[in-house]
Order: sequence, then structure tokens, then C-alpha cells
Amino acid sequence: MTPSSPALDGSVQERAAAFLPPGDGPQALVDPTGSPLPSPLAMPADDDLLALHRAMVVGRRFDTQASALTRQGRLAVYPSSRGQEACQVAAALALRPQDWLFPTYRDSVAIVTRGVPPVEVLTLLRGDWHCGYDPYEHRVAPQCTPLATNTLHAVGLAHAARLQGEDRVALVLLGDGATSEGDTHEALNFAAVWGAPVVFLVQNNGYAISVPLAKQTAAPSLAHKGVGYGMRSRLVDGNDAAAVHAVLTEAVAGAAGGDGPTLVEALTYRVEAHTNADDAGRYRDPAEVEAWLAKDPVSRSEAHLRSRGLLDDALAERFAREGEELAAGVRAALEHDVAPDPRELFEHVYAQPTAALLEQRDLLLAELEEEPA
Amino acid sequence: MAGALNAALADALEQDPRVVVLGEDVGTLGGVFRVTDGLAARFGDRRVVDTPLAESGIVGTAIGMAMGGLVPVVEMQFDAFAYPAFEQVTSHLAKLRNRTRGAVALPVVVRVPYGGGIGGVEHHCDSSEAYYAHTPGLRVVTPATPADAYRMMRQAIACPDPVVLLEPKRRYWSKEAAELTADGPALDEAVVRRPGRDVTLVTYGGTVATALEAADAAVEEGWDVEVVDLRSLSPIDDATLTASVRRTGRAVVVHEAPGSGGLGAEVAQRITERCFHHLEAPVLRVTGFDIPYPPPKLEQHHLPSVDRILDTVARLQWDDQPEPCPAPYGARRA
Repeated sequence: MTPSSPALDGSVQERAAAFLPPGDGPQALVDPTGSPLPSPLAMPADDDLLALHRAMVVGRRFDTQASALTRQGRLAVYPSSRGQEACQVAAALALRPQDWLFPTYRDSVAIVTRGVPPVEVLTLLRGDWHCGYDPYEHRVAPQCTPLATNTLHAVGLAHAARLQGEDRVALVLLGDGATSEGDTHEALNFAAVWGAPVVFLVQNNGYAISVPLAKQTAAPSLAHKGVGYGMRSRLVDGNDAAAVHAVLTEAVAGAAGGDGPTLVEALTYRVEAHTNADDAGRYRDPAEVEAWLAKDPVSRSEAHLRSRGLLDDALAERFAREGEELAAGVRAALEHDVAPDPRELFEHVYAQPTAALLEQRDLLLAELEEEPA
Repeated sequence: MAGALNAALADALEQDPRVVVLGEDVGTLGGVFRVTDGLAARFGDRRVVDTPLAESGIVGTAIGMAMGGLVPVVEMQFDAFAYPAFEQVTSHLAKLRNRTRGAVALPVVVRVPYGGGIGGVEHHCDSSEAYYAHTPGLRVVTPATPADAYRMMRQAIACPDPVVLLEPKRRYWSKEAAELTADGPALDEAVVRRPGRDVTLVTYGGTVATALEAADAAVEEGWDVEVVDLRSLSPIDDATLTASVRRTGRAVVVHEAPGSGGLGAEVAQRITERCFHHLEAPVLRVTGFDIPYPPPKLEQHHLPSVDRILDTVARLQWDDQPEPCPAPYGARRA
């Protein structure tokens, strides 16, 4: 049974078309002023819209607080996702409890939205340990620092679920820069070949640190890349929480239903610099930032919900208060440094520390005993 | 040895439904060395998986599978073909347990057919053990006999830590009869393959048989040679190593990987540190040259030979040894 050579006949063109993102531009449900747009996408239910908005308000407050704590020296570093809240919260809220989220270092808001305690999310950025939460507790993988490597982990976990007959989808977050990495290519290919229940959400925020998209790819869109792998692709307005949620929910349901993977590109913008250690003024025009601020996902959602009568001042205040409470909790928890235990350095390298590691631990402990407290 | 590895994989697949085998050509073909021969037919293509040709993809998805509760055994087709997976192995497979304070265990076995001596072309004969042994979080082991191949494969699959199992290609076809059992020395134990009183040859993998041959030949020279098979290259079994060298007072480390920055330097340092007052001579090494793996018609000059081992033993400052200062790198002269 040898497959015939894939000439671009009608059937090949049809299959390719089925994988292409629908429409000309990004799919959207709500325009930047908050007005609904005609779309084949289904508008999320009112409860979902409110949950998205609430999570964005709380998530932005968390993000602002973390940035402030970095300036105060309480966090070693914090990569802000300000401006990307729609993607962050929709990624978390589109998942069912049994599904898995595979985030990167910029996706703290998604992890908080998924339910991981904020202080545990900040363990990495505080410098206490590389990951502060138990991935199995909320089904959130550790935040990935080398980009794109987590795409393969997501595919593996999703495929394992299928092999074990379990209904579980993996959603992996990556950025425009990560789509240039070899691992992203391998992950998309493996996922498509295996029909793995995985969703790739590319948050295209325009820059990989300083390098703009035009220097990253010559593809018509990042979503177009899915066609080459034989994978459904979607292009969505990444500042429209309703649209991102609708697209992701559909992709998750498709994956769970046996339709295989989906590649979603969400067009958004990183409002802050790469991290507090970065100077975005060196590579981008303030006017560009201003233009994107006018498309802010949180105010867009608020205008939409108010125009539909779903949000009033009282509810808006409640969401803001929840954000303040979360921020206060984070401040209180991080007020005092808790010295990490140096013994732990040797504890988790292997299931049981080797003889050599025990020797090295004792050496360190002897050194510490000699030091004045 | 290929048969013993095959039997170990078959028994593990049979006994533990979480075990899956992944790699290039491991399914229908049975692997380029036939180590997975017949497994796909017996266990199906969901458990013995022909993957796309992408090593990082193989190890990266195996990590996700292990997070999801499976026990993947992956094949890197050749030593040098494993390098595309290096980031996944060193940055994730080795570190995820530590990164998550022990919450995520990755019981993954990475099988790497390694080493030369088979007349292979470039990129088919590397000895890549030092890269892996230098990475905390990995266990690195290599069997020298069919019995160990079976035992160590079973133990590696049962091990809660990620294990890089280096399979010495030139021993794949060794036919010695062996009882196949997972019992015996633990995965991280060295063994004395041949007891002797005068000098310890420390080696592993493909050069264990060479060292044993040298030990037999040394009888004529009047040396009673002990051969220690390290088996585990990370961690190293210092107790067995130290006990042997303290008995014999002399040691030569033998491996076919290049000497510079190689595992032999690590072993020699450990011996020196722990056995200094028992040593009658500096610890010497017989290793491959510091060259890219040579073409097939020249590899015999590169690989440690019985003669080169015996020449090096001769330089261990025996009473009748005329030249007390050994040349660097064992018997090789500048």
C-alpha cells in the first residue's frame, strides 16, 4: 500500500483548504469599542463572558502587583503579560478540570486563572525554586523557560491520555518567537500524525524580546503553518476574550471528540517590555504601543458587557475588589523572605539522593555551621 | 546482546501495561539493529510506535507521556543521531523532578546504541557517555554482557529516574549463553568481572571484553589483572572501585571515547582521591584519541587494543620497569 505521490490535485487543495483559517483576517466577536460583530463563531454564554471579564480584571491586578514587587526587589524578575489578558484567561477557562495547561514564563496570569495560588506561581520569579506548585494538583505544567520545548511535552501527555483511554486535552501556550524553534515544528508534526488531543495557542504579541514578527517569519500568518502539518488552524483577535474563548473551546471540544489537534494564532500585543530588565524603547515606537492600548482587551470586554447590561458598577466594583484582595494577599505573603533550605538542593535530583550527593550535602551543611548566623 | 535486550523489552511490555516503546523504525522493521524485532507484531502499534524522524520530538513527547503516567522506552537510532534531542534530555528529562520538588517523576529510558568497532560510517560510532554522565538528574548505564543487557534494561525500566542506557553496538551480536533475570547487581553497582591481585583495569561497555582479553594475555607477563566493569557511569560505584584499587595498588582506566574531558579522568581522580596511599603508580588511561571518530579502515588504530592496554600496564612503575615516568595518555608517546 504505497501512497501515490501528492500532486496538487483537487482533493489535495480541498484538504488544504479545510485546514486553513476561515476568513481573511482574524476572527472576532467584539470590536475594540465593545460592539458585537457578525461572526460564524458562537458568542460565549453570559456566565462565560462574565467569568472571562472577572478573570481579566483580577489577572491584570495580579500582573500590576507582580511588576510592582519586582521594582521593590521582592521578585527577581517578572515578565508581564499586560495586554495579553484575553489570551491568558481564555486559555485557562476554555479547559475542563481534567485538561492540562502547558505555560511559559509569560503566562502567570493564565496559571492564576487556572486556580494555582498566586504565591506558588511567583516562587519561580521570587528565586526560591524553579516551580512553586505541584503540576498534578491543578494540571498545570511548570512554566517553561527554554521556549517551544513544552510543545512536545503537551503532545506527549495528550497522546498518553488517548493511549490510556482517558478524556484529557493538553493546551500549550507559545509565542510568535517559539514558532521558529525546531521543537514547535516537531510537536505540530507529531500531534498531527498521531491525531493527539492538543491545542497550540500561539500568542503572537509582535515581538520575541526585541525581534519583530517580520524578522521571525515570512509566512502569511502563523496560523497558515498548520496547513503544512495537516492540522486545523484558526486566526483570532487575541484582544477579544470572547472570540479567543470561543475558538479555544471549539478546539478543546474537537480534540476531546477525536478530531485531533488545532493550531490557534491569537493576535495580541505585549504592552510592557519583555521583563523589568528590558528596555522596549530601544526597538519599538511609543505610537505603536498607544495604538494597541486603544484595543485593550479589558476595557473592550467591559464596554461590551455594560452595553449588554451584564455588568453594572456594583459588579465591576466587586471584580475590582477581588483583584485588590488578591494583590493584598500577594503583598502580605511576599512581605518577608523565607530563606529556602539549602538541603533541598540535593533532595530532588534523583528519587533517592546518591552517595555522592549526600557527601556534597554534608559538606555544604558543615560550611553553613561554620558561618556566623 | 540484541536478543537479551529484545527479551527484556518484551517482558517489560508484557508485565507492565504502562510501558511503551518509541523510536525510528522500531515498529515494523524491528529497529536497525533488530533490538525491537517482533515487538510491534506482538504488542501492537499503540505500544511499539514508529515515530516521525525527529529525535527531539521522540524524547520530548516521551517526557509528556511519562508525565501522563506511561513508562516510555525510546530508541535513539545511533549515538550521534541523539544530539538533536540533547536539549530535551539535559534541560527537561534530567531536571523536571528537581524543578518540581519531586512532584514529577520521569521514568523514561533513553536507549542509545553507542560506540564503534563495527566499521560504521561517521556519526554512527560516537561514545557520547561523558555528555550524559555530566548531567545531574540522569542515570547513565551500559551493559557489557547479554545477561547485564537484560538485567539492566529491566532495572532501568523499573527505575523512577530517567536512565540513559548506552548499548555497545559491537557487543550486539555476542552469542554467549546467559540466564536472563532482572535479579543480581543493582543498576548502580559496579562488578568485578575477573579477580586479580596486581592491577585493576576499570572499564565499561564495549571495552570490557577487550580488558578481559588483556587480563588473560597478561598472565604470560606475570601480572594478575583484576577487571572492574563500572556498569553505571552515573552515579559511579566508588565502593567497588575503591576496594579493588586498594587491593591491587595500581589502576588503568580503559574506554574508547576520547580521553580529554572523558569519563576516565573522572574515574582516575576518584581513585587518586580515595586510594592515594595504596597506589604504587599514577592512574593511567587507555582511551580513544582526541579525534572525531575515524573512518572504518582506520578505527582499529583508535580503539583501545589488548596490546595498548598491556603496554600501559607495563608503565605502572613495576620494580623492573626501566622508564618510571609514564607518558601522558597511557602508553602513547608524544
